[in-house]
Amino acid sequence: MKVDPIHQFEIQNFWPLFNLGSHQISFTNSALYMFIIVGVASALLIGATTRRAVVPGRLQSIAEICYEFVANTVRSSAGTEGMKFFPFVFTLFVFVLFANLIGLIPYSFTVTSQLIITVTLALLVFFIVVGYGFWKNGLHFLNLFVPKGVPKLILPAIVAIEVLSFLSRPVSHSVRLFANMLAGHITLQVFAGFIIMLGSAGILGLFGATLPFIMVVLLIALELLVAFLQAYVFAILTCIYLNDAIHPGH
Amino acid sequence: MDPTAAKYIGAGIACIGMGGAGVGVGIIFGNYLAAALRNPSAAQGQFGNLIFGFAITEALGIFSLLIALLLLFGL
Repeated sequence: MKVDPIHQFEIQNFWPLFNLGSHQISFTNSALYMFIIVGVASALLIGATTRRAVVPGRLQSIAEICYEFVANTVRSSAGTEGMKFFPFVFTLFVFVLFANLIGLIPYSFTVTSQLIITVTLALLVFFIVVGYGFWKNGLHFLNLFVPKGVPKLILPAIVAIEVLSFLSRPVSHSVRLFANMLAGHITLQVFAGFIIMLGSAGILGLFGATLPFIMVVLLIALELLVAFLQAYVFAILTCIYLNDAIHPGH
Repeated sequence: MDPTAAKYIGAGIACIGMGGAGVGVGIIFGNYLAAALRNPSAAQGQFGNLIFGFAITEALGIFSLLIALLLLFGL
């Protein structure tokens, strides 16, 4: 039996909607899962905050822990001025976290393993940083590329490197999340394939198949950690980039 | 050489870059742990910096993995 580890990332068209030029716009499994993510996240957070008690219940404390966690991240890395971006960062964090967690359910689809989704999110952050930076600081925003206290001789090279590293931010921001989810899910699939291959090889194979089975259980635990960690990394990088727009100049 | 064989060899070579990221992530977490054992009360405040350094370092390894995946499945 051949196991195809890439099959799980295939986009399936559910309803073709309309054509835009030569592109077909349709309701795909990716869109369906994004609706599910938004639905689950909204239901959890709205449901948790309808009955606001002084002593929080189980559901309410989940929402409160989420809120406090992201609020502390924003405050510590973008300052109190950064708190005006709190709704944006919180939305990104919750969306990526739920996309990663729902993607871990077997036979479901991982939205964040599609490069187009993560690039869209990263470019959104990038343009908000550039737009807000120029709107708030004017041309002083360009001080970001000129570190203080650098000898005149090597300044042009430093500025070139700073500009290059600024421009490569959306690339690394999006590819990190995408590649982590892609690699994790491929690894899970490959190890799950080992179980099937060994299990179909007779009675001795069944004993051998327990080893990759244990491995898959451990990998699921690791992926759960990665799912949370990558959502946190996405949020904290967003905060750090926003901090550059709020306080340019090193 | 057979182009398919060259593709697979290239993917394997591209993955060597992940070793460097492994070394880097190890240095970051090792130094964090060493510092946290010396001054446990200050450790919690540096958790954000730890994750940030980890993310920046990991990205470079991820890039080489991406090249390998592109060679295997994309191109």
